[in-house]
Amino acid sequence: MSDWDEVDFAILRALQEEAGQSSATLARRLGLSQPAVWRRVKRLEEAGVIAGRALDLDIARLGFGVTVFLGVKLATKGRVSLDDFERAVSAIPEVQQVSHVLGLYDYRLRVVARDIADFERVLRRRIMTLPGVGNVEANVLLSEERRPGPLMAG
Amino acid sequence: MLDDTDRRILRHLQTDPAMAVADLAEAARIAPATCYKRLDRLREDGVLRATRAVIDWRALGFSVEVSLRITLDKTQSRAFDEVMAAAREIPEVVEIQTFLGRVDLRLSVLARDMAHYQEVYRDRILALPHITDIEALMQVATLKDVKTLPI
Repeated sequence: MSDWDEVDFAILRALQEEAGQSSATLARRLGLSQPAVWRRVKRLEEAGVIAGRALDLDIARLGFGVTVFLGVKLATKGRVSLDDFERAVSAIPEVQQVSHVLGLYDYRLRVVARDIADFERVLRRRIMTLPGVGNVEANVLLSEERRPGPLMAG
Repeated sequence: MLDDTDRRILRHLQTDPAMAVADLAEAARIAPATCYKRLDRLREDGVLRATRAVIDWRALGFSVEVSLRITLDKTQSRAFDEVMAAAREIPEVVEIQTFLGRVDLRLSVLARDMAHYQEVYRDRILALPHITDIEALMQVATLKDVKTLPI
């Protein structure tokens, strides 16, 4: 069904934990030869499966105490183009993620703020003033865990 | 406490996590030895937890991503713990979040196609305990996903 096997998944799992590992370290951990690991990592990168690296930071320690997910429904579909909304919302630095979704809402946003007062400022001044914005639902993130997902060792 | 130098280091490093320490030191306008020391401390203090590979699930063959917003039966005191433990056993679940708001729990579910999604939904998701309501949002497109913070 797929071009990727269990060994690729094991490599991805290890790189999800720490992307800075050398192919020699990975090879030792996985019981493979270093050139074999290097070739597989290269193939995963070329296919775009490994899309880059990201820092995993304790964001509360950096002063971002609040993460809020917003469900946004557009009020004026058709009148204001989706492009206008998308461009404006993507330009807000506190908005970390913008997803176009199908269902109860049109967009799902991940917003970081220093505290609830700061979040209120972002919501009132930046989100509620976006072109075409209608109903907005906010849910404050309490905990989050990323799982290996389909990479889980079977 | 983090000072301006720490913030400068993280600001530059987050834009290119693969950056060599020498280049990072230059960008942050500090000596390489200082940069090493600061990075070590940020790691020891748990501010910088790891540098993780970003995986493109679509490229891996999982083209369906659905966000399941779940309301739990809160009269059951162990509802959160039990549903989360059960969700961890489902390999298609890549993210588990809990919330304060109308939604209690959100699961991000990946599937190869709609048929696979339906199978996961019926056999695994609907079997989760303590659920009173589920709303699904299907991911159409990701327009922005920055891995950087406005530090």
